[in-house]
Order: sequence, then C-alpha cells, then structure tokens
Amino acid sequence: MTDGTGAETPFIELDGVRKVFQVRRKAGRLRRTKHEVRAVDGISFTVGRGEMVGYIGPNGAGKSTTVKMLTGILVPSAGRIRVAGIDPSRERTGLARRMGVVFGQRTTLWWDLPLRDSYELVRRMYRVPYDTYRKNLDRCVELLDLGPLLAAPVRQLSLGQRMRGDIAAALLHDPEVLYLDEPTIGLDVISKARVRDFLREVNASLDTTVLLTTHDLTDIEQLCRRVMVIDHGRLVYDGGLAGLHEVGESERTLVVDLAREMAPIEGVPGARTVKVEGPRQWLAFPASQSAAPVVAAVAERWPLVDLSVREPDIEDVIARMYTGRAE
Amino acid sequence: MAESFGRAALVRHGVRAYLLIVAMWVRSTLTYRASFVIMAVGNAAGSGLEFVTILLMFSHIDTLGGFGLPEVALLCGSSATALGLADLLLGNVERLGSRVRDGTLDILLVRPAPVYVQVAADRFALRRVGRLAQAMVVLGWALTRVQVDWTPGRVVLVAAMLLSGAAIFGAIFTLGAAFQFWAQDAAQVQNSFTYGGNAMLQYPPSVFAKDLVRGATFVVPLAFVNWLPALRLMGRDDPLGLPGWVDFMGPVVAAVMCGGAALAWRAGLRGYRSTGS
Amino acid sequence: MGLYAAVARGGFRRYATYRTATAAGVFTNTVFGFIIAYTYQALWAERPRLGGYDQAQALTFVWVGQALLATVALAIGGGLDELQERIRNGDIAVDLHRPADLQLWWLAADLGRAGFQLLGRGVVPMAVGALAFDLALPADPALWAAFLVSVVLAVTVGFALRYLVALTAFWLLDSAGVAVLSGLAAMFFSGMLLPLRAFPGGFGEVARLLPWASALQVPADVLLGRYEGAAVLGALAFQAGWAAALLTVGRLVQSAATRKVVVQGG
Repeated sequence: MTDGTGAETPFIELDGVRKVFQVRRKAGRLRRTKHEVRAVDGISFTVGRGEMVGYIGPNGAGKSTTVKMLTGILVPSAGRIRVAGIDPSRERTGLARRMGVVFGQRTTLWWDLPLRDSYELVRRMYRVPYDTYRKNLDRCVELLDLGPLLAAPVRQLSLGQRMRGDIAAALLHDPEVLYLDEPTIGLDVISKARVRDFLREVNASLDTTVLLTTHDLTDIEQLCRRVMVIDHGRLVYDGGLAGLHEVGESERTLVVDLAREMAPIEGVPGARTVKVEGPRQWLAFPASQSAAPVVAAVAERWPLVDLSVREPDIEDVIARMYTGRAE
Repeated sequence: MAESFGRAALVRHGVRAYLLIVAMWVRSTLTYRASFVIMAVGNAAGSGLEFVTILLMFSHIDTLGGFGLPEVALLCGSSATALGLADLLLGNVERLGSRVRDGTLDILLVRPAPVYVQVAADRFALRRVGRLAQAMVVLGWALTRVQVDWTPGRVVLVAAMLLSGAAIFGAIFTLGAAFQFWAQDAAQVQNSFTYGGNAMLQYPPSVFAKDLVRGATFVVPLAFVNWLPALRLMGRDDPLGLPGWVDFMGPVVAAVMCGGAALAWRAGLRGYRSTGS
Repeated sequence: MGLYAAVARGGFRRYATYRTATAAGVFTNTVFGFIIAYTYQALWAERPRLGGYDQAQALTFVWVGQALLATVALAIGGGLDELQERIRNGDIAVDLHRPADLQLWWLAADLGRAGFQLLGRGVVPMAVGALAFDLALPADPALWAAFLVSVVLAVTVGFALRYLVALTAFWLLDSAGVAVLSGLAAMFFSGMLLPLRAFPGGFGEVARLLPWASALQVPADVLLGRYEGAAVLGALAFQAGWAAALLTVGRLVQSAATRKVVVQGG
C-alpha cells in the first residue's frame, strides 16, 4: 500500500492549522496589556507513511508549537490535524502508544532512575510485548552503544549519552511515527553522527515516519529528502533540500588562519572575503560549489596555517530566501 | 452502560500506571537503604515533634479547651494519619508548578497514561511512611485510652473518618496543584490548608474562634476530616451546635471535594493545553 | 568589603524577584500564626504566666516566630541548597580558587536573603497578628534597635549551622538526611513550637543554652523586654558567642574539606 513517497496515503495531515497565544505584557506598574501572538498561522501539509521530513525555521518560528499540536500536548486554535486518522488533541493517550517523541532540550526518561529501569517502565506503560521489547532494546543498545550506560541513573549521563538513551526509549514500542525536536542540539560530532546513522537505519528498515525539527542543516542534508521551512508561523518552503539552497542561494564560509595579518584575500574564483580579524579571514562561496578549488586557490598564494569550512546556518538560508524573493 | 464501562476501564488503566511508576520508585529508593531509613525517621520525627509539643503543654496542664490528653491525642493521631495517607499517595502533585515552569509537564502529556497519575506517582516518596507510622502509633495509643463504648458502628465510624479525611486532604492537594497551572510559584498556599489544617485539627475546636471553626466547616471543610466524627465518637458536642447527622457526612463531603478537585484539575490542564504555559 | 556588600545586595534582589512565592509564604505564615496563637491562648488561659509570659507576651512570641521563620531559615535550606549542590557536583573546586573567602561570600549572600525575608515575609504577618490580637509590642525604640541587632545575630547563627550541614556534603554522598534532622532540631530547640521557657525544668534550662536558642528564643525575649538593662548585652553576647564559635568550626571544617579537595584533585 505504501511505497515510501506515499503522498496519496497521508499519515500526517494538517489543514489550515493555527495556534494563537494570548500574551500579557506589563505596561507600567500594574497595568497589563493583552495581545495575540500567532505562533502558527495557517499551516497545511501532509506527510506520507515512512517519509522522513525536516522541519526547520529560526527560533520562535513555530516549530515546537507545531510538534506540540501533532503530539496532542497543545490544542490548535483553528484548523484540522490528523495523525494516522486520529485527532491528537482529542485522543492524546490513544495516539501516545503509536508515537515516539524526543525533545532535545528535556529528557523523556526518569531523571533519577537507571536507564534500564526507565526502559522497563516504558515497556510496561506502553504494554510492549516482551519479545518486541527485547528485540528493540537489543538493537538500540547495539546501534547506539548503550550497553555501558544501562545501569547509570539518567542524571549522570552526558548530553550525548542521554540523547541516545532518549531516542532508544522513544522506539521501544515500535511507534509508527517519531517526532524529534532538535535531536542533535548540543551534541559533539561523534554523537551527532551516531544519532544520524541510527535514525536513517530506523526509517529505512522499519518504515517509521519521522518528522524532525532542527537548527543544524547537516541533519537535514544527511537525513531528509524533503524539508519544510516555517517562519513567523507560516510555511515558506516545502520541497527538496537542493531546491532550498537554490531558493536561498545560501553560502558556505571558509575560515582561514594565515601566518600573519594580511590584506583581504582577493582574486579567488567564486569566493569573496567577507570579514578580516587579525590573521583570520572569512571567505564566502556558494553552497552548491565544492570547497576544494577555493581551498586550493588560497593555499597556493597565501601562507595558510589552518582552515575550516562552516555550513550555512538556517537563519542565513531563510534570510536569503527573503532577500531573494524581494528582488 | 457502555459509558460507565469505559470509565471503569480508564480508572483501572490509571491505577495500573500509578502502581507501575510507584513500584519503580520504591525499588529505586530501597537500593539506598541507609539513606531511606534516615529520611523516614526524619519524616516521622518531623510530625512526632508536633505531638511532643502537645506532651510538653500537658506537662503544665490537665485539659486544653476542656479536652484531656488522650482526647487531644485522638484528634492529633486521626488528622495526622489522614494527612500522612494523602501526602504519601498524592503529595507529589504539589510539584506541578515546577513541572510547568521547566516544561517537563509536556513529557507527561506524550505518555499513554493520565497526567494526574504520572504527576502524583513520579518521585514517589516512600519516606513519608514515617509520618504515617508515627501518626498511627499516636492514634492507636489514643484509641485505647479514650472513654468509648466500642460498637461495630463506631469502628466503622473511625475507619470512615480516616479514609474520608485522607480523601479531603488529597482533594486539597489536588486543588492546590490545579491552582499552580495559573500561579506556578504558589505551592506554599496549599500548605496552609494541608499542613496548616493538620496543625489546627490536632487541637480541639473549642480552642479556636467560632469564625475560624465556621470557616473550617463550611468554606474549607476540614472539620469533616476528624473534628466532627471524633467529637461524635467521644460523645462531645461540636461548638457550632450543628445537627447530629452532620457528623456522619464525612464521606459525602470527601466525595464532593474530590469531584470539585477533579473539575479544577481538568480546567487547569485544559487551560495549559490551550496556552502552553 | 565592597565585594561582600555587593554579594549581599545580590542575595536580597534575588529573593525579591520571587513575588508569588513571597505572597504565598506570607499567607502560610499568617495562617499558621492564627492557629498557634489560638492554641497558646487556650494554654495560657489554663496556666497564666507559663514560662513567665503573660498572654499578650505569649501571643507576641507566636507572631515574632512566624515573622522570623523565613528570615532565620530554620526548616529549609535557605539558599545553601545551591552550595550543597556545588559541593556535590564538584563546582566547589572553582569557588575555592576564587580570591573571595567562601564562608564570607555565602554569609553575605545569606544576610542579603534574610534582609529581604524580614521585610517581605516578616512585616505583614506581624502586622496582621497585631491587628487580630492584643500583642505586647514595646514602645521603646531602644528595644526595637536591640531586637534588630539580635535578629542579625540570629541569622548569623542560623547561617553558621546550615553552613556546617552543607559542608557535610564533602564527606557524605547523601547529606539530605543530615539537613532534615538538623532542621528538626532547629525547629524544636529554637522555641518555634513552644517557647523554651515553657519547656519543663532542667530540660528547658539546657535547651536555652543551645545554639538554636539564638534563632528565636533570644530575639523574642529581647523584644518582649525580658532582659533588664545590661542583661540585653548579655543576651546579645550569648548569640555573638555562638555565632563566633560556629563560624570558627565552619572555617576549620572548610579547611579540612579544602585539603580533601586538593588531595583528590577536585
């Protein structure tokens, strides 16, 4: 029935969804004024079963609010949401058995309990058959390297360990959909890579639908064929990642440390110097272009000590989308 | 019929989830046995000191507000038992405010168990058996000393008093927690009614101003926790001169309070889910 | 000196931001004040002049107790939870290398906290108590001045005790038990549950010599004019003596702890 792209059998459906908050602000000593904040302002999209979609946008754009509505934590102010045909805000606990949620900033595990006890509790609370539990746990322990951590209380885990532990907990009950809110925030490079590999594997082998919000474009590049961009509560882009770069004409940055302070680097094809600070210089070049020729050109003519390449960050891409569209 | 069947299943499901979480915490508490024993003893000593204060008072006097030591001990033990039971089983709901503040309430909302059950059971504090045990010792001592002509009806009265007392305190804990959906730093307010109420119920109502007793009967019906049933048991009149049948209304009052608390909790949770804060 | 004044101001301001919590605390203190006041009324009606107090003085004792409960922070961590947490997670090693003195730093912060609690949590219950009951509040400004000095010393003794409790975290994995037991001792032996002068016989005599008496019994007696003339100075000296002794012990324990940290390398 599903073929992976599955647009004809939407698993997640949003139609004209809004979420309006009443915010009270202090105006003077005692007076308070009420005003409305439209955190999500009329969003519609569908996600097919087994799709893995990136959901990105600047801080405060409405990403987390959307996830909270999809998981049934928040009730939408208007519009219609269906996940697996169910209205999340009305049948929250029923849907809870069929979804997994990972919040990057807060753990869903029991803070003072050993990881193993947290999993045991998940098994019983979600009524996971023992064989399924054993199979899923073994697989998570192996792929996420959790073995040495099982006996440790969650509060003693590092951020990267805890995140791996959280992701495993979210998958023990074979959820049909997995929501990840900033799953790689604050993680080191190795932890990020491990988490990404694992998510790719889960999505591919179990056909789990995945929606992930992130700040890190590398997450999207490595995991998602489809990306949605939200800004000021509205969907401003829905399509492939390559298309996003095109629309945004995003740039990567080459940061070079020279042997000494020098005049801004000039004459490197496709790149321009955007910032100089002592011996360190920043060169911008299109994200679609390989870094190799730029590095080679600089190394050939300047005394290069060290260098690094920075990926475009999401704020940049979105800012450029706007300027691009305005022109 | 189908409706009520669904409700029963829901309750069963909630109780099961509660027991699961509690069992996990009890196991985890007992792995640090020495620390648990110290905390339980500390908990018992905490409420024990209140009774020691009363003993110190009675080292100077024979009656307080017209009540002798065994009678005051009966009030003390019954109120503390009811509070101890409610505190042990539901006391942790007072942490709701900090859960709203740090956002961990959201996590409870994505799990397949009622939020209330999870808040009440999380970090289940087994050490609170200390208070309960201390209270039951005082109550047991008092019951052997007060002049009561024991009949099956009076035994039932005592049992009903303790259970509805615990339910009334539990309802107050819940109302306090529901209030924290709006005022997250106000956890202390409910202490005025639970711990403060307990401090008051330890003494005979004749000690207090009539208006305070009226408030504790009609506004926050603490008088039904132990004052009214215990006065009936000891064959004494209540200072407000209420009709005799009122003394037996504890279970009804408890049921009404629990219903009100459930509504307040639902309203609070609904508000949270529409505002997110 | 300027540094510690700034730390104290920071302590004051920090607690000033918890407005709802302060209001809730005032409410709770007031409710407890009423309940205890009525029980004392009944007790003193049975036994007039118990402990040498008349009824108005006994009621004043109740409300002074409620006003000072948060200020001297007997039952709760009173801001030193954070110190304990820093010891537990090892951040204390950083603090020990700062140029500021660890004990003075926390004492300054605690005095700032107490200053806010006295104003924010003390004044209203006291005023409500004075409106609802006949209290024996003195008219003599000198007595009020002596009371204030006594409160500062009470806070210092309370701090010194809690500081010692917090330092146990260097040796005990779980020092919550010590904190609970020390809090209970403080509640009972400060006179918060019953004035120490109403404790029977020799037990009462001994209780009045313990450090916890400095936290409530002595300040209340100062305000109630139980000390005549120079005896006030004696009472203040009693508090100051305990403060000095406990702070010194705290200092010795602290240096032992510091050596331990240095040896273990943090």
